[in-house]
Amino acid sequence: MLHFLLRSETLSALTKTRSGSVRSLSEGLSNPGRRFLSGLDANVCLADLVRGSALGGWAEELCGRSVLIATRDQLTAALALIELDGIARRVVLCPSDVPRKHRPLVIASAGVDAIISDHETVEPIVGVECYMCTTDIVPADYDRSEPCQTEWVLLTSGTTGPPKLVVHTLASLAGAIQRSVSASPVVWSTFYDIRRYGGLQIFLRAILTGASLVLSSVEESTADFLVRAGARGVTHISGTPSHWRRALMSPLANKIAPEYVRLSGEIADQAILSHLQSVYPQARVAHAFASTEAGLAFEVNDGLAGFPASMIGKHGDVEMKVEDGSLRIRSNRIAERYLASDAEPLVGTDGFVDTRDMLELRGDRYYFVGRRDGVINVGGQKVHPEEVEAVINRHPQVRMSLVRTRKNPIMGALVVADVVLSGAANGDMKALQQDILTHCRLTLPSHKVPAAIKFVPSLALAETGKLVRNHA
Amino acid sequence: MINTMSIRFEVIAQITLVAEEQNRLLSTLKDDLPLLDSGLDSLCLAVIIARLEDLLGVDPFSSSTDAPFPVTVGDLVSSYENSIR
Repeated sequence: MLHFLLRSETLSALTKTRSGSVRSLSEGLSNPGRRFLSGLDANVCLADLVRGSALGGWAEELCGRSVLIATRDQLTAALALIELDGIARRVVLCPSDVPRKHRPLVIASAGVDAIISDHETVEPIVGVECYMCTTDIVPADYDRSEPCQTEWVLLTSGTTGPPKLVVHTLASLAGAIQRSVSASPVVWSTFYDIRRYGGLQIFLRAILTGASLVLSSVEESTADFLVRAGARGVTHISGTPSHWRRALMSPLANKIAPEYVRLSGEIADQAILSHLQSVYPQARVAHAFASTEAGLAFEVNDGLAGFPASMIGKHGDVEMKVEDGSLRIRSNRIAERYLASDAEPLVGTDGFVDTRDMLELRGDRYYFVGRRDGVINVGGQKVHPEEVEAVINRHPQVRMSLVRTRKNPIMGALVVADVVLSGAANGDMKALQQDILTHCRLTLPSHKVPAAIKFVPSLALAETGKLVRNHA
Repeated sequence: MINTMSIRFEVIAQITLVAEEQNRLLSTLKDDLPLLDSGLDSLCLAVIIARLEDLLGVDPFSSSTDAPFPVTVGDLVSSYENSIR
C-alpha cells in the first residue's frame, strides 16, 4: 500500500504488496528524511508520514469506508491519499473545480459516508461525516497489518453533464511506473491537479520511486509556480501542451532547468515539442498518451509529434489497435468500471477501450487528428459544438450555425462558427457579428465563445438531415 | 502592402479589442511588458492570434516551429513584422 511504499525505494515493493507481504516493505528504509511534498503554503517531510497522521490520528475510523477527498488544496489531498490507501474501502478524488451541484450525485453513486475537507465550510449532509485534513502531522501509528485493496475513484471532466466516476486500483494506476534508478535525488512536479489522471500519475511516480513532489495551486500564477518549482530544484515536470505553452510565454520559464519534460492530455504538436527542447536543451522531452478510462498507454521519446506505426500491436502490458479510425487500447492499466447503476460498460466486448481519439497514418507514423464525437479541446477544456450552436441559434437573426475547431498555437484549438442568417444579409455585418458574440458571452464561459464568426449562405446537411461535421 | 507601422497598429488594436470583449483590465502597453502581465490570459492571446491571422493572413507561431513563443508585447509585434516583411 501507498503508505508503506514511503519506506521503500523500489517498485518490487508494489508487487509484494499485491501478494500481501506488506511487512517486508518496512525494511530497507530509503532515506525518506530528505523526501518532501511541497504545496503553495506548506511543505511536508515524507518521513513524518510513516508514523504520523494528517487526519489528526482519526484514520482508523475510516477503515472500510467510502471516503470523498474534497479538499481545496492539493497537498492535503495528497496527504489524505497516502494515509487512507489500504484503510478506506474506496477513495473518491474530487478536484476543486468540480461544480458543487454535482456533489450529491457523486456522494450517492459512490456510497460516500465520509468527507475529507481542509476548510471549515462543509455543509452537513445526512449520513456523511466530515473529517479535517491539515498539513500539521501529528504522531499516530495505527495497525496497518491487514490493509485492504482500496478502490480509487476518479472523476472525468464533464462538459455539460455531471462527471463520470471511473474506478481504478493502485495496481492499475501504477501499472506503467517502473523502478527508476537515479544517482541524484529526483524532484517531480506537475502543472496538473493530482486529482486528475495526468496529475495522479505524477503523484504516484514520485511516491513510488523514492522522489519528492512539488504541487501546483490554482491560487498561483504560472510565473510564481515556476519560481517556486525552480527554488525546490525540480528535475522532472509534466503538463499538457497548453500548460507548457503558457509556461513558455512567461519571462520566468528559465527559472526551472528540468532534466525531463513530459507532455500529456492533449495532442502534442511539433512546434511545442521543438520549443521545449530549445528552451530546455538539457532536458529529455517526451509526450505520453493516457486517458482516465484507458490508463497510460505509451510514451514517445524521439522528440517527434505522433507515434511510430510500429507501436500498434502488443508491446509488453499494452495492446493497441486502430478501428474505425480511432485508437483502441487493452491493458492491465485500464479502469475497472464506471460507478453508477445505469453506467455503460467501459470496455467493449473485445476487451478494448475505444479512446474516441481519431488517428491518421502519414508515412510510418500515426498522428492524432481530433475526437470522434467532435468534442473540441480548448486548452484542456472540452467543448461540445452542439451546445455552442444551440446558443448561437437562439439569436433572432440566426437560422442555423455550425461550430468547428480551429487550430491555435496557444490553446491547441479554438472554437469558431459558421452562421447562416435568417433574413437577407444587409446592414452592418460587423455590428451583427459583435451582437451574436455578446449574446454568446451572456450564457457561455469564455473558452466556449467563438473566436470568430463567419457568415455563410448555407450549411451542408447529410442524408440523415444532420449537419455535416468534418471531425477529423 | 501593409507597412510596419500599420502592423503594430493592428496588433495593438486587436489586443485592446479582445481585452474589451473579455472584460479584461489592460495595463499600459509597452514593448517590454510581459504579455501574461498585461491583463490578458492565454485564451485572450489565442483569440488575438486567430483574429490577426484573419486580418494579416499569417500566423507566425503556427507556420514555423522555429518562431519562439512571444513573451512580451514587443515580441508579439515583431513576430508579425518579421513574418510579413
